[in-house]
Amino acid sequence: MYLTDRTAPAGAGTDRGRRRGPRPGVAPVVLVLGTVSLITDISSEMVTAVLPLYLVTTLGFSPLAFGTLDGVYNGVGALVQLTGGHLADRIRNHKLLAGLGYGLSALCKPLLLLVSSIGALGTVLALDRTGKGLRTAPRDAMISLSTPSGKQGRAFGVHRAMDTTGAMLGPLAAFLILSAAADGYDAVFGVSACVAVLGVVVLVLFVPGRRRAARADRASEAEGRQPGVVREAGAADTGVPEAGAADGKPPVRIREAFALLRLPRLRALAGCAALLGLTTVSDAFVYLLLQRRAGIGEQWFTLLPLGTALVFLLLAVPLGALADRVGRHTVFLSGHGALLTGYALLLWAPATPALPFLVLALHGVFYAATDGVLPAALADIVPEELRASGLAIVGTSQALARFCCSLAFGAAWTVWGDGPALAASAVGLLCCAAVAGRVLRPADGNR
Amino acid sequence: MTPIRRRLLVLVTAVVLLAGVGTGMVLHAADRADRANRPQSGGPAVSTGRLTLDQKNRLTFINAAAGPHRTAVASVPSADPKGGRTASDLKCARFYAAAGTGICLQSNPGVLKQSNRALLLDADLRTRHTYALAGTPSRARVSPSGRFVAWTVFVSGESYSSAFFSTRTSVLDTRTMKLTPSLETFSIVLDGTSYRASDVNFWGVTFASDDDTFYATLNTANKTYLVRGSLSRRTVTTLAENVECPSLSPDGTRVAFKKRVLSRTDLWHEYVLDLRTLKETALAERHSVDDQATWLDNRTVAYALPTDGKVGSSDLWSVPADGTGIPRLLISGASSPAPL
Repeated sequence: MYLTDRTAPAGAGTDRGRRRGPRPGVAPVVLVLGTVSLITDISSEMVTAVLPLYLVTTLGFSPLAFGTLDGVYNGVGALVQLTGGHLADRIRNHKLLAGLGYGLSALCKPLLLLVSSIGALGTVLALDRTGKGLRTAPRDAMISLSTPSGKQGRAFGVHRAMDTTGAMLGPLAAFLILSAAADGYDAVFGVSACVAVLGVVVLVLFVPGRRRAARADRASEAEGRQPGVVREAGAADTGVPEAGAADGKPPVRIREAFALLRLPRLRALAGCAALLGLTTVSDAFVYLLLQRRAGIGEQWFTLLPLGTALVFLLLAVPLGALADRVGRHTVFLSGHGALLTGYALLLWAPATPALPFLVLALHGVFYAATDGVLPAALADIVPEELRASGLAIVGTSQALARFCCSLAFGAAWTVWGDGPALAASAVGLLCCAAVAGRVLRPADGNR
Repeated sequence: MTPIRRRLLVLVTAVVLLAGVGTGMVLHAADRADRANRPQSGGPAVSTGRLTLDQKNRLTFINAAAGPHRTAVASVPSADPKGGRTASDLKCARFYAAAGTGICLQSNPGVLKQSNRALLLDADLRTRHTYALAGTPSRARVSPSGRFVAWTVFVSGESYSSAFFSTRTSVLDTRTMKLTPSLETFSIVLDGTSYRASDVNFWGVTFASDDDTFYATLNTANKTYLVRGSLSRRTVTTLAENVECPSLSPDGTRVAFKKRVLSRTDLWHEYVLDLRTLKETALAERHSVDDQATWLDNRTVAYALPTDGKVGSSDLWSVPADGTGIPRLLISGASSPAPL
């Protein structure tokens, strides 16, 4: 049987008292992790931006050859995220695992230069994805653990905004290099590798590791603030010191991670995230629909994601902070409301030049109100020791649901056409949001 | 020294080192690009000259030899393909021409994205019309009469997380200037029954001489098909499986194509399919060919292969179309062949 302690409401209470003065920022760790993500995203988006061009013009791949790479990706990310989350909790060293993830992705950048067959390229890209999967949960856990409960939304907002900034700067850097050196794909990959290494260096130097985190943990205990520890009653009773647990706490077992699913509120949130994910049409389809139904010239297609990213970037912090005030579930559901409005606009497709901007803005609002808010909502639910596992469980269920939605949406588009497929998704989203609204409604004052 | 100062010192050192390495790589690449635009000793002779698309007995291509004419449309006499090259001012990523009509696909890096466009050319290589392209240029063809033009681009998605790739094949009627932006609007008959799917992709159009029939690759549900299409009826019908990038022979009886010889790999061999009997003949080329071949005459096909040991460059090779003989180097440092 598990017992959750009640650090969360207490933390929120003291925070509310402090909110009078100048607006409090976020923990330095969040800024450092945001910087690492910013740098890493510059690196990875540099490669993403030029990869198709490189494949076609330099390696001479035909379109379908790349299509086969697509299959390599699916599934890798979701399962690796669970592994990364659990391992981070198990060895109780989020920094180490996140560092391994960032390091693996950095290693893949120069490898891109050495591969010239689709199989090898697929392997390198899959390794890169493995790195991304490994680092996601421990990184979010570090953000979550370094932030008081009442500021989670804001902290994740800051992180996501910095992350997106990097994603927008990446292509810029890549095309600048290509304009300085025609066909300089090797230079793009090389610079991308250097940038990725810089990200790892910043992580290693400035993110507090296990020892310092443990010290901070003891300090907070000394302050009288109970750490949010959940322990299996039996294990706590016997108190057998285990090897590998330097700070005297027993290592987290996989059984405990699975037992997280027995927490009703985690189950509710993971279930709702999956339910809503099932009706969240993937970005590529949204842009395709927008292009078809709003009649946007094909040459603009590759710029559409920039619109979403820009709005996401601008609103991630304010909406994260808003979520801390009015409740994360409310903002999370409102984000899906924005998405639903976007679907409705696409279905209606009024003949106005503002349509693409409105839809992209709503799409950006959806991301700003959900992407960081969902992990923020987990802070009060998942005990500290299992934070990365909990984040991974929710992240994976959402990712798998979205993948299923992609498959279903593709099939529906084929059978019914784009309009009815979108209408079905909109109706589905409305139903799922209604269910989620009931399940997630605030009970006993918890956010 | 305090820990924070030590860490800052390490950071600054890392930034300086990495910035140095990065700058070095960019400068090296810029220098290499610069060198590629200067003539090299031992390279083929390239001279500026007048190049028109109605000259008979010449073979045009995109010149890849180092020098100021790199990526320019050039031509050589068909009888002496290793002779001196005459280069135009026009630079393209992909080119094709027939009967006084040319198509040039260009790709230039911009600030936010690369800018891709198609130029419709008259016989003097003057641009008649420009079309913005949705993605990276891949294939280009002109019908034997010069009336129809087709091109395929490769539309890419936004990030690793949602890798999303598709092709877009457009057909232009140069007489009416009516553009069909995507062949995906054509109705499909697959294995005898009407077929509709959202994952349909077309690429590699080749035109017959009747100005209506065309052949192309259709991809759907992880399979590739050879389709025969009609421009007037806006339909395509599947003929055979595992056929990519068809190229119709001048007499209209056979298509040369690349066939994936090992599933899920990038290993293709060049074959010729008899359209009457649907019998396939493997050609003598043993290298993997990833190109839309071109018939030099009814007996010979030409195609590009990557230059040995030189990333980013290709040579043109030719091989008999009946499966006999051996491949021969046609033009070194060249791509996109088009016999005039």
